[in-house]
Amino acid sequence: MKKSMLALSVITVASLLSLAGCGNSTSSAPEGKVINIECWNNEFQQRFEAFYPDFDKTVTEGGTSYDLLKDGTRVNFLITANDNNGYQTKLDADLKAQGDAAADDKVDMFLIEADYATKYTASSYSLDVKADVGLSDSDVSNMYQYTKDICTVDGKLKAVSWQATPGLYAYRRDLAKEVLGSDDPVTVQAALSDWDKFNAVAAQAKAKGVFMLSGYDDAYRVYSNNMAKPWVDSNKVVHLDDQIKSWIKATKDYTDKKYNDGTSLWDAQWQKNQGPKGDKVFGYFYSTWGINFTLAGNADPDKLGNVSDVTKSLYGDYAVCQGPASWYWGGSWLCGAKGSDNIGKVKDIMQKMTCNQEIADKITRKTQDYTNNIPAMNAIAADKTYGSDFLGGQNHIALFKESAAKIDMKNACAYDQGCNEQMQGAMKDFFNGTTATLADAIAAFKTKLNAKYTGLTYDSSFDNVTL
Amino acid sequence: MATFALPQRLSKSMKVQLLIKRILWYTFLILLALLCLMPICTLLVNMTRSHGDLSANGFSWWFGNSFAENWDKCFKDVHLPVGTALKNSLIVSTCTAVLTCYFSSLTAYAFNVYRFKFRGLLFTFIMLIMMIPTQVSALGFVTMMRQWKSLNELWPLIIPSIASPVVFFYINQYMESILPFELVEAARVDGCSELGIFHRIVLPLMKPAIAIQFIFTFVGSWNNYFIPALLISKDGQKTLPLIIAAVKSSDPSSFDLGKVYMLVAVSIVPLLIIYLLFSRFIIKGMTEGAVKG
Amino acid sequence: MKLDKNGKIIPGHVHYAKWGYIFLIPFMVAFLLFSFIPLFQTLHYSWYTYYEDQLDTVGPTWAGFSNYVYLFQQSTPRTFYFFGIRLGTMTISDLGYYTLNTMLIWVMGFIPQIIVSLLLAVLFTDVRLKLRFQGFFKTVYYMPNLIMAAAFGMLFQMIFARSGPVSSVLLSWGWISEPLEVSSSTWQTRLIISFLDFVMWFGNTTLLLMAGVMGIDQSIFESATLDGASSITVFRKITMPLLKPIFVYVFITSMIGGIQLFDVAQIFTSTSGGPQSSAYTLMMYLYSLIADKKNYGQAGALSMLMFLVTAVLSFTVYKTMHPKYNAEKDTIKCRKRRWKEYAGCPDTIAEMALARPTGPVSHEEEGR
Repeated sequence: MKKSMLALSVITVASLLSLAGCGNSTSSAPEGKVINIECWNNEFQQRFEAFYPDFDKTVTEGGTSYDLLKDGTRVNFLITANDNNGYQTKLDADLKAQGDAAADDKVDMFLIEADYATKYTASSYSLDVKADVGLSDSDVSNMYQYTKDICTVDGKLKAVSWQATPGLYAYRRDLAKEVLGSDDPVTVQAALSDWDKFNAVAAQAKAKGVFMLSGYDDAYRVYSNNMAKPWVDSNKVVHLDDQIKSWIKATKDYTDKKYNDGTSLWDAQWQKNQGPKGDKVFGYFYSTWGINFTLAGNADPDKLGNVSDVTKSLYGDYAVCQGPASWYWGGSWLCGAKGSDNIGKVKDIMQKMTCNQEIADKITRKTQDYTNNIPAMNAIAADKTYGSDFLGGQNHIALFKESAAKIDMKNACAYDQGCNEQMQGAMKDFFNGTTATLADAIAAFKTKLNAKYTGLTYDSSFDNVTL
Repeated sequence: MATFALPQRLSKSMKVQLLIKRILWYTFLILLALLCLMPICTLLVNMTRSHGDLSANGFSWWFGNSFAENWDKCFKDVHLPVGTALKNSLIVSTCTAVLTCYFSSLTAYAFNVYRFKFRGLLFTFIMLIMMIPTQVSALGFVTMMRQWKSLNELWPLIIPSIASPVVFFYINQYMESILPFELVEAARVDGCSELGIFHRIVLPLMKPAIAIQFIFTFVGSWNNYFIPALLISKDGQKTLPLIIAAVKSSDPSSFDLGKVYMLVAVSIVPLLIIYLLFSRFIIKGMTEGAVKG
Repeated sequence: MKLDKNGKIIPGHVHYAKWGYIFLIPFMVAFLLFSFIPLFQTLHYSWYTYYEDQLDTVGPTWAGFSNYVYLFQQSTPRTFYFFGIRLGTMTISDLGYYTLNTMLIWVMGFIPQIIVSLLLAVLFTDVRLKLRFQGFFKTVYYMPNLIMAAAFGMLFQMIFARSGPVSSVLLSWGWISEPLEVSSSTWQTRLIISFLDFVMWFGNTTLLLMAGVMGIDQSIFESATLDGASSITVFRKITMPLLKPIFVYVFITSMIGGIQLFDVAQIFTSTSGGPQSSAYTLMMYLYSLIADKKNYGQAGALSMLMFLVTAVLSFTVYKTMHPKYNAEKDTIKCRKRRWKEYAGCPDTIAEMALARPTGPVSHEEEGR
């Protein structure tokens, strides 16, 4: 039974490859009837159900639910929450057991996040989207380069994404008028176009009783996404990049001068400060999903809509500008799983959800998610009628598209998740004075990182770090 | 239970002393009760508030008005199998509690009443294992279940609970302090089978202890996230803590704290009901079950 | 059947012994299969190098004690505080620091827990005080245990947030000059976690002790009070001795629970371990080794260490509270007491208990 399934898969793949040149997306060989997609939350499921053309309906049966495609194929989303590293633990075990799994239980696709993408793309468990799955160069040509760079290993593209997540600085118009005298995005951008200028504005904001940033980690990714070298090289030697050192220096400075409000990302006060009832914070570094979902939700907790009173609601009061650097935050990628028995369907899903301009356009217009399709985003950016209600009508897509084009992320590595999280955690104690010296905090970082990964060594960039 | 009378004549100063003592203790008890009620009340309050309210305003003393909205979001969401999860949690917790209590009592009975070779050794052995954190054996257990192709099934959550050192230890201690051996001897003389003695004489005596451990095991199993998370990923077999975790880690566009709190409340209500039912039973059982000679 | 030296059958329960084995079978089988084997594997890996590196598995290869050495070698400079006053910085072993965290949090939670539970158990059985509404109180005290740890942690994060009720109240009373920021204070984090632990578990402990107290014949208390014993005497001479087996249980399981403290600390600090890892307990460390680092060799070594510590502590407690039965000493002691037919005598280990009744004997039967 297994041998014939294997033979079938080989024939399928071979036929697909030969058909790929014809641009034909349907395969002539029979495939499995069940597609299993592993993910950690329901984000992709929502996009899939709303925008995949072959999606038929969700069937609830005996207390469980699954999606049906128009041709009767069943799609199971196997969602394991990220708590306690649960998702990756499950995914790894399933990928390793792929050979023994029954055809209907085989993992066909799985999702990965930017911070640990390299772990999977560098492994043999993810399929080469061109050679193995069958996407063509023209298919992926409309994607933003950085989304491809992160997932390209040894010249092979191993994962594709339907979204791009460039980052911007979302500022409050009322505070901008107070501090800078103007809320026009172009003027504000001129005042914030590099870190020196940004810091100068921070001082001005302080003088008016406004915090420039909410907390310690707000600016982190703006620095970390511009590192010159990856966190960990191929010999498992950890390197402390100058950009991180700059971040530490800048944040310590800000904390001492009280330019930030001492919150941590996602904590209660951080969320509150985005709304009318928190402390006055000039702006937030946020990316696409953040602005239209998290920030929008926090800015108007009582759902009052666009009222002009900023003590009641900040809806319509935020605007975006590029900020001091190009950067991105997060993002999810789709991988084809090695051993899948549904390569044809996998290819079709990937093609439609990540390569198709029409669908990308629909997704952005409907959900305000920024999609990974350059022509589609350019079209919307140029569309004078398009604007975000939350941002007071500003066409944020136009700005995002500029930012997205400039992102350079060749320095992703598989250890990013641990390194970023632990650096922020260790440095927080230094910023708020719990840890006495920077050297101690760096030692604490090493300890925390050693509790996440085995076998790392540290190079001399960690020694004698001074502010 | 024999009735009795306090010495009738309490002097005035003694009465006053008693009154002061009573007031002090009642105050203490009431404060403690408020402390315990507060988390439950907060949960119930939070389930009526919307996500925006919860996220921006933090704690609130009074109810919100999003109960219906949160309810709909939970129960009408096609991808959120609340009913199934409730059913699964109920099955798993009930079976676990029953199996644990029964077999722990049986095992405690074995240790208390029979003298057999290796008794001391086995007892020590079980005690030792009690001291190892469950997380440690979890990984090996999950690998075993994977090999047996028993992922996404409910029985791995239930059957292992037959062996629960902690419950065994408690019932053992209780039996030690409460079970007179003459009862067993008398029953044997009367011709009762060993198993019969256990079922008809010993178990009824252990009612308060068993009732308590039943509740504890039930609650523990109901709220258990760790092992189910490692074993179950298909909606049809998920238990409540799993779907709560799923909702908590939704992507930003659909993250809803109101939904989370509503689910938490849904999870607590059955527990409260079972607990209230059982606590009456415990008190009844205690007054009946006091040993006399 | 056992024969004595004259060839006569030794009467007694020996021939019932097989039932002991039979009754044990279900427990033992389930135990060996689902707990012992996986457990043994984990511990056995402690002598091997065995970990997952991204998606590759390294090992298992024999490594002797190198995992243990690794664990003991890790050290980090930590700054110590005493309720907010900075004491100084010292480089201390990580194992030592996490043990310190675990112990501090446990002690701060456990002592109130045991005291309050004992107090409640006693209060509710004091015949003179005759406190009413006991059912209500008992029911309410257990309720926090019904809430799952994740929800509990979320709730209290909200309560102790900078703009939460505790902060506002303390500010308005003038006890603090700036809003509360728990995540930057080591002692506050530890104290709150201990407190949460207390709230969650004291109801549990109370119920257990109460079940124990309820098992004691009420008439003993009544007679003692009639005879003029004060509450304290009743507690010392009747309640505590009769409660001892249960109390030992509660003490040991609380201790084990304390050493394995994980849920609440993990959630309340959002898995970070708190300011300067001050709430990072041994269990969180173990958990990280298993789930994040996936280094099964080191996890096995840490499990072994934790197990040894727990075993030593537990047995010390058990032996202290359950000294071996010494007939002569016991009789002398017993004769000196007024209620000598009750277990005012030291409890024996289970074996000796078979030789004589351990339960309380009713007054009436003795013709009192």
